[in-house]
Amino acid sequence: MDDRRLENIIGKLLRTGVLLAAAVVLAGAGLYLVNHHSEQVSFHAFVTEPAQLRTLPGIVASAFHLQGEGLMQFGLLLLIATPVARVALAVVGFYLERDRLYALVSLIVLAVLAFSLMHAS
Amino acid sequence: MTVLVFTIVVWLVSTLAGFLGALTGLGGGVVVVPVLALALGVDIKYAIGASLVSVIATSSGAAAAYVREGFSNIRIGLFLEIATTLGALLGAFLATRTSTHIIAIIFGFVLMQAAYQSLANKTPEDAPPIESDALATRLRLGGTFPVKGERQEYGVRNVPAGFTMMFGAGALSGLLGIGSGAVKVIAMDRAMKIPFKVSTTTSNFMIGVTAAASAGVYLNRGYIDPRLAMPVMLGVLGGALLGTRVLVHARVSTLRIVFGLVILALAIEMIVNGFTGRI
Repeated sequence: MDDRRLENIIGKLLRTGVLLAAAVVLAGAGLYLVNHHSEQVSFHAFVTEPAQLRTLPGIVASAFHLQGEGLMQFGLLLLIATPVARVALAVVGFYLERDRLYALVSLIVLAVLAFSLMHAS
Repeated sequence: MTVLVFTIVVWLVSTLAGFLGALTGLGGGVVVVPVLALALGVDIKYAIGASLVSVIATSSGAAAAYVREGFSNIRIGLFLEIATTLGALLGAFLATRTSTHIIAIIFGFVLMQAAYQSLANKTPEDAPPIESDALATRLRLGGTFPVKGERQEYGVRNVPAGFTMMFGAGALSGLLGIGSGAVKVIAMDRAMKIPFKVSTTTSNFMIGVTAAASAGVYLNRGYIDPRLAMPVMLGVLGGALLGTRVLVHARVSTLRIVFGLVILALAIEMIVNGFTGRI
């Protein structure tokens, strides 16, 4: 394992994550548009999202009930998870390179990301 | 507006923003937020939530192509992401406590800078590669990049200054839901003396991780509405992928001027609307 190989693996992971997320969002969009296409919509005023679209368990539950909004939000969650997975992979990669300094650097970044995402659970 | 019409309009606008953002190297976020806020009357909190998501998509979507070229430096990226993610957390918390007028005004000034960058269009000449200073050597930040088929070594300088600027770039990204790639490139290229192409490709990598750090806060505060984020994300991503393909063949100098003027107009609108309290 060297830096170039690690970057290659990470690049592919990121592309796969984005394509997967986009596919899930598209599927959710289909469901949502079929069921709600003729309703009126406006985002003029900010009203916070319902809890089922703001928390990890809520989004997952809503997606598995095949609700359009829930499925789209689940796809967006996959998208947000993609760079997080990239950093997690870097932790492992640098550990395998026996590069303790950069394994630690990656771990710090991962901790900040985990702290942020904990707000969503 | 009905859901169907609204979704199609937002998707079209976002595709155009992603396309132009890729062609000019400014990113889709800086265009999509003011257009949603000014033209479609979307609350700026929803606009920056949707934009942030699209920023993650374009950054990650382009990464594989950049890696293949062999310019990006994973160590520089990860090390500076400590600063950008912490900054992004701060920015996202600030966003939840700042009035939308202030956010609109700050956004306007960032747009002004983007307009200037688009109009001036200076491709910086790379100075000959330099040796790393003591701290950068200890952190093993230096690397190699391809020059005419051969890999040339480069060094890194001024790590504390770059790190501090990256914290600012992260805060701006978290506050405004944009990638703030321009500030990241300036921090690496100007402050840390990293070659320009290494700076831009490494910045692209960092943008997604930085945005992911604000995403948790945005999600929790209800800034990310899937009904709006869906067409924005799909549009900006599609437009950006198309833009990167066209980039190789297109003459973009005229386009940059037109685009720069459009952004300048958006900047003035945002600032005026922020001051008069209409956003």
